[in-house]
Amino acid sequence: MKTSYSSVVLNFLRKYTMVIALVVVFLLFAQLTGGRLLYAQNMSNLMLQNGYVLVMACGMLLCILTGGNIDLSIGSVICLVGGLAAVMISDMSVNPILAIVVCLAVGLLVGVWQGYWIGYVRIPPFITTLGGMFIFRGLGRLVLDNQTVAIQDSTFLNIFTAYIKVPGLDDGEVIYSALIVGVVAAVYVILSTVKNRRDRAKNGYRQNSAVSDYVKAGLIAALILYYCGQLSQYRGISVMLVWVLAVCLIYNFITAKTAFGRYFYAVGGNEKATQLSGINTNKIYFIAYANMGLLAGLCGLLNAARVGSVNGSTGTSFEMDAIGACFIGGASAYGGSGTIGGVVIGALLLGVINMGMSIMGIGDSWQYVVKGGVLLLAVIFDVVTSRKSGKG
Amino acid sequence: MAKVLLEMRSITKEFPGVKALDNVNLKVEEGEIHALIGENGAGKSTLMNVLSGTYPAGSYSGEIYYDGKLCQFKSQKDSEAVGIVIIHQELALIPLLSIGENMFLGNEIKNKFGVIDWNKTYYEAEQHMRQVGLNESAQTLVKDIGTGKQQLVEIAKAFSKKVKLLILDEPTSSLNDEDAKMLLDLLMEFKKNGLTSIIITHKLNEIIYCADKATIIRDGSTIETLVKGVDEFSEDRIIKGMVGRAMEDRYPKREHNVQNEVSLEVKNWTVHHPLYPERVVDDNISFYVRRGEVVGFSGLQGAGRTELAMSIFGHSYGTGISGEVYLNGEKVSLKSPEEAIRHKLAYVTEDRKTNGLILDESIRFNTTLARLDKVCRGGIIDTDKEVQVAEQMTREMGTKTPSIEQRIGNLSGGNQQKALLGKWIFTEPEVLIMDEPTRGIDVGAKYDIYCLINDMVSQGKSVVMISSELPELLGMCDRIYVMNEGRLLAEVNAADATQESIMGYIIRDTAKA
Repeated sequence: MKTSYSSVVLNFLRKYTMVIALVVVFLLFAQLTGGRLLYAQNMSNLMLQNGYVLVMACGMLLCILTGGNIDLSIGSVICLVGGLAAVMISDMSVNPILAIVVCLAVGLLVGVWQGYWIGYVRIPPFITTLGGMFIFRGLGRLVLDNQTVAIQDSTFLNIFTAYIKVPGLDDGEVIYSALIVGVVAAVYVILSTVKNRRDRAKNGYRQNSAVSDYVKAGLIAALILYYCGQLSQYRGISVMLVWVLAVCLIYNFITAKTAFGRYFYAVGGNEKATQLSGINTNKIYFIAYANMGLLAGLCGLLNAARVGSVNGSTGTSFEMDAIGACFIGGASAYGGSGTIGGVVIGALLLGVINMGMSIMGIGDSWQYVVKGGVLLLAVIFDVVTSRKSGKG
Repeated sequence: MAKVLLEMRSITKEFPGVKALDNVNLKVEEGEIHALIGENGAGKSTLMNVLSGTYPAGSYSGEIYYDGKLCQFKSQKDSEAVGIVIIHQELALIPLLSIGENMFLGNEIKNKFGVIDWNKTYYEAEQHMRQVGLNESAQTLVKDIGTGKQQLVEIAKAFSKKVKLLILDEPTSSLNDEDAKMLLDLLMEFKKNGLTSIIITHKLNEIIYCADKATIIRDGSTIETLVKGVDEFSEDRIIKGMVGRAMEDRYPKREHNVQNEVSLEVKNWTVHHPLYPERVVDDNISFYVRRGEVVGFSGLQGAGRTELAMSIFGHSYGTGISGEVYLNGEKVSLKSPEEAIRHKLAYVTEDRKTNGLILDESIRFNTTLARLDKVCRGGIIDTDKEVQVAEQMTREMGTKTPSIEQRIGNLSGGNQQKALLGKWIFTEPEVLIMDEPTRGIDVGAKYDIYCLINDMVSQGKSVVMISSELPELLGMCDRIYVMNEGRLLAEVNAADATQESIMGYIIRDTAKA
């Protein structure tokens, strides 16, 4: 009896390792900062500061799924696209909407360029994107003419950084729209769980235990309510948050629910078998990197809007945060496994550590040390526990 | 009576939840070839891992006496020190290193400063290579020699370790009949010089051919030891011991229901090697398959059978492909596996682990991969439907598994093969090409696969079967094509053919060249 009990616990630990780690680290820093981490403003900023990591990591996950391949050029693409946006809007007075479209197109073009070499000519991704890292950094600096260019256009800034305010409802101290969104989302989570269970029961499919399903739904709903409550205390919901959540939800849907998304897992699991199953694997590589370019472009815009200016070193080593988030979030360094949910948790874990240490006044240098340590620990834990359970 | 070299007494080895070996006894006399037989999962490899020290002393109970002494090996190094060398099924050679480097890997010949003495290394390597009849330079890279010769390198490597007891785990599973026979002859040659060997194999004819004794293991226990010249020593007798009952017929009967319509016809098919485009791999091959027919392809390894199948299956192999493919009388152009699958052609790959399955994923994931669209609505996977499909295929194939969410890499070879077959039957093929469908799986699972093939053709579908096991082709096929060195030599009716007549075609053709 004892063995089965401990194996249940072990399974639970394995499945939710990173969630537990995130909770522990969060509580630890809440304590260490004397509760300051929990201030509404900090909670709001946690998502906004790390929004770009989340967006990049969604794209990076697709690359990593194909076989542990990474894209080193994102930081440089962020510089190039951000620079283009800044120069077009501030120096050339281009219509901001047009500028956004052009910038996203440039990001996609960069991705197509790299994806072509990687997918169809089979140049190793590491080398292709290392080349891209240099090329696009250089091009970015050329576009910026080695200057720092500020963006003050309000249309552009509003599209990415404004806070949503409903006139009449959100005029006071408390932003009620955030609360309403929170309640709606929480109710949706609970109702969809109920519906899902009912559908399964009707069709006679295997169910998870009711306790685990409802506890999970309840926790998620509570978390949403808490977070939205905090947001309502501090300026409400940011457009940036909407962008980031939209990207995460879309990529979660693609990877978890669509045939197209499944092909990334298949390619990473066994490319030859995937090819012989009638799937064009070259195209999968191509799309992974083309898509990464597009998301890097979006990140370039988000980052430019949030910082308000772009210079030649904008985005330096951003790609490493995305890669770190993926691996902390449980993506396999050999490809074939990893989820958007995990990646989000990985990114938030890094974000909480950064923010907590910043609030405590601990310098950058130590933040690097801790971040690196967490990354290594997470992967060691993953490797060791999966060896024990006899997998891999 | 010869001296007993090895005696393993009541070996019991438990893994969490499973008793892999239960009181196993094995006695091997000096200078004999001792076969170890059993179905997959019976415990043969576990027993050899206990012997070699891969599972260290203390992790099992029981005693090992070697050369009269009680031994407690802590690692493979210990057992090698006394002359026990095991050659694993998957060759442990590094392709980009030379034969010599491979032979002395981890065992390097060094001078007194600890620097490798390459001259001596290559000299010694070639000495041992001559012993096994391998005429290559020790500096040749392993990747540049064939599988048969690689096997010889392993044996030469064993000699370099002063082997007294050689253990071979499925040594011929990746060899063609000719190379396999050469290897067995070599073992018998060594026997004369006093080498003792233990050979693990599924190929019963090899045991009859070369072994002096055969110990049968079933479900982790020793059943019996048969001695050549004393007991009945035949394939049927051994199978009876392995499965616990006499197997009446190794190939299930089927009604001959070959129809007149031709489902797949290939005309003047020529394929060139992808890396050396001047090399012709398949030369002007024409064949056809009728509905309800099982057609076999026989030949040695390198005859171009797999290449033929893969190039037909959406140009998955080769360059400069020319020729015509007709499906149900209609000329089709299949430029990618996707097109081939859409035209209801399926190819069950030769090597299920490297080309067939995604080992880290579940049975469910693997089952639907080739036709995900069938469980999708608007590109979105209907998970519930997928579960249903996977459960249905698992049931129909008779795959033994706790759940369809089981990681497919954890299944036994036979069950993996059934799951792989399920994946392709799910694509609803009219013509199913099966490449070595029963390689490395046990007798029981083979029988199940044969039954599934019979089901397919009874539904009016066609099966093309590529196999290196002649008895299997003769037992299962209606017609057999014989290939050698990229050419089609003959077309024979299975009913009229014998192993000898088919081998005759190949040997005469090879002799001509």
